Amino acid sequence: MSKQMTGAEMIVEALKDQGVDTIFGYPGGAVLPIYDALFQQETVQHVLVRHEQGAAHAAEGYARSTGKVGVLLVTSGPGATNAITGLTDALLDSIPLVCLTGQVPTHLIGSDAFQECDTVGITRHCTKHNYLVRSIEDLPRILHEAFYVARSGRPGPVVVDLPKDVQFALGLYQGPLNIQHKTYQPKLKGDIDRIREAVAMMAKAKRPVFYTGGGVINSGPRASTLLRELVAMTGFPITSTLMGLGSYPASGDNWLGMLGMHGTYEANHTMHDCDLMIAVGARFDDRITGRLDAFSPGSKKIHIDIDPSSINKNVKVDMSIVGDCAHVLEDMISVWRAEGHKTDDAALGAWWKQIDHWRARKSLAYRASASTIKPQYAVQRLYELTKDRDTYITTEVGQHQMWAAQHYHFEEPNRWMTSGGLGTMGYGLPAAIGVQMAHPKSLVIDIAGEASILMNMQEMSTAVQYRLPVKIFILNNEYMGMVRQWQELLHGGRYSQSYSEALPDFVKLAEAYGGKGIRCSDPEDLDRAILEMIDYPGPVIFDCIVAKEENCFPMIPSGKAHNEMILAELSDDAGVEIGSIIDEKGKMLV
Amino acid sequence: MNAIAALSPYSSSLGKSNIERHTLSVLVDNEPGVLARVVGLFSGRGYNIESLTVAEVAHGEHLSRITIVTAGTPEVIEQISHQLERIVPIHKVTDLSMQDKVIERELAMIKVHGTGDHRSEALRLAEAFRAKVIDATIESFIFELTGSPTKIDDFVELMRPIGLVEVSRTGVAAITRGAQGM
Repeated sequence: MSKQMTGAEMIVEALKDQGVDTIFGYPGGAVLPIYDALFQQETVQHVLVRHEQGAAHAAEGYARSTGKVGVLLVTSGPGATNAITGLTDALLDSIPLVCLTGQVPTHLIGSDAFQECDTVGITRHCTKHNYLVRSIEDLPRILHEAFYVARSGRPGPVVVDLPKDVQFALGLYQGPLNIQHKTYQPKLKGDIDRIREAVAMMAKAKRPVFYTGGGVINSGPRASTLLRELVAMTGFPITSTLMGLGSYPASGDNWLGMLGMHGTYEANHTMHDCDLMIAVGARFDDRITGRLDAFSPGSKKIHIDIDPSSINKNVKVDMSIVGDCAHVLEDMISVWRAEGHKTDDAALGAWWKQIDHWRARKSLAYRASASTIKPQYAVQRLYELTKDRDTYITTEVGQHQMWAAQHYHFEEPNRWMTSGGLGTMGYGLPAAIGVQMAHPKSLVIDIAGEASILMNMQEMSTAVQYRLPVKIFILNNEYMGMVRQWQELLHGGRYSQSYSEALPDFVKLAEAYGGKGIRCSDPEDLDRAILEMIDYPGPVIFDCIVAKEENCFPMIPSGKAHNEMILAELSDDAGVEIGSIIDEKGKMLV
Repeated sequence: MNAIAALSPYSSSLGKSNIERHTLSVLVDNEPGVLARVVGLFSGRGYNIESLTVAEVAHGEHLSRITIVTAGTPEVIEQISHQLERIVPIHKVTDLSMQDKVIERELAMIKVHGTGDHRSEALRLAEAFRAKVIDATIESFIFELTGSPTKIDDFVELMRPIGLVEVSRTGVAAITRGAQGM
């Protein structure tokens, strides 16, 4: 079923064939033919952002909340370079994106033409794969391949660079059915003998823990269901990385909370003292492991990951299983059942007793205040007032992000959108726009900081244009809080450039954009104000004035191990000089 | 790219000792940018390239073979192989140093200037190394020498006092012995 059409028409046709209903983009000279083709159809809706970085994060939010490939369309030169941060973000967090970039006509490539840049050269390092389409004959294959590569295996961003003459050229379009990739065929099923061995290790474990990550969410909702089943069968404790929150419900009996630098005391101690760690779709990132030579020293480690390069990259494991999380978890469950394994209940009972002892430290506790809103309290109230609704949360990057991860509790996958690997300030608002496009009736909240939000503030205009009722919940402490916290820990409290001076009036700013602004600084008034925000049918900026010098605890200081956490109570002790906790070697780390 | 890049401060579990030299054979689709992807991977992740050769080996299928000599701890070498396998147009990565028997060859052209005794000494040594004379003037020779990289190193060192002008080397090409392919 090949049909003759122009390159631009093929691009729109390929989007339809790939099931794309929404794309995010910004027009320019080198993509005009594609915009013309978009104009003449109604299947694919285009969302006009205000900056190409916003398009990339919006596509990420769309992808993360639906499990589909997110698509953005930008012009050549600055259009492409503006999208780079979003592409890198998607690469580090394994988010499937297809980024269509315009390019100058093929005969001008290399001549430093107007708005020319070497897009495939620049994006080679921040994409899973990229293409420069040199002729119309290659176009249909490349378009479908791009979607295949983006969503298969460990997902990631793919750039397709489209010279303007190729967009105008006539050629034969082919649908996705006839296209198969010759080299890229990731392995989905895990090796069954290794799975058997891993299950036997689990049955023998006395102090086990599941350590799960974003890979479980990328594997699809079935992986989360299977994970819950396996946890219920074994009774093992479970913790998750920032990216994996929601794959196991926070209300579940075996949930320890998030682990890592700002994870809970019980999650990190369980990791440190376990005798068997089962890593599922997690990559032993430095935010998770802390000091590597003191990372869970006494444990055997099983690692399930679809990307062979994640295995033994940072931490040497005893049993690796390469495969898709859902497939491997399914096989683990059936092997466990078929072989009639039983857990060592006496040992597990003692292990849980130890864990309860750690839990009793209540590491997320903070000192409440009647006069100022504590940021943790603000997130807690937001959670309590939104948990029974159909809610999606995005965040920016910094203290507010960690407080959101600690105090907002997720019951389902795909409900939590945050920039984990790259740590991109300015991610949350455009991501919320992408989520809201995919889920028009849901409540979408960007938990933000007053510094981060200004990085992509212009996207408020997009929200207003498309009547997207996103709620921007700013924990405003007038500091780049995480920078200030590190300056307190490492640099004698010299707050170099971390004070948010000359902030806009966020209420007036919201009104200037055509949205609603709400300010709240009184803990007594907070619930009422949050409900007002939720009930407003359009976009809202909520300026929540919080305690200025609150630090985010608990914390594994850089260069320290899981069992060397700083707790809030310790930092409150008058005798402890907080600036002395991190040693010289730790200061070198990020 | 001579020095082994410093390991990340978080990589304390990876020892800096037992650095090994490995030869990797990489079969790739011969498409634009594929070499840049491979080389960019090495520079981007701080790996070391000692030698690199590339040429198309199957014209019909547009397949090229890249041979890379690299050095690192066994953990780093394993990472390099896995990272290479992630590159979409790569068909196969084989660590030839992990195979039983591998043959490595390099071709070099060595220009030597000299007259009188130096000239005849150069010729005698070339004969001992089975180097071919491929160009000659009254006061110079160009030798062509094929062999292992160390053999070429040895020959070049011998030519240095005689009147070495310049050397051009291809880098290592490698293949396993026996009937099996990679």
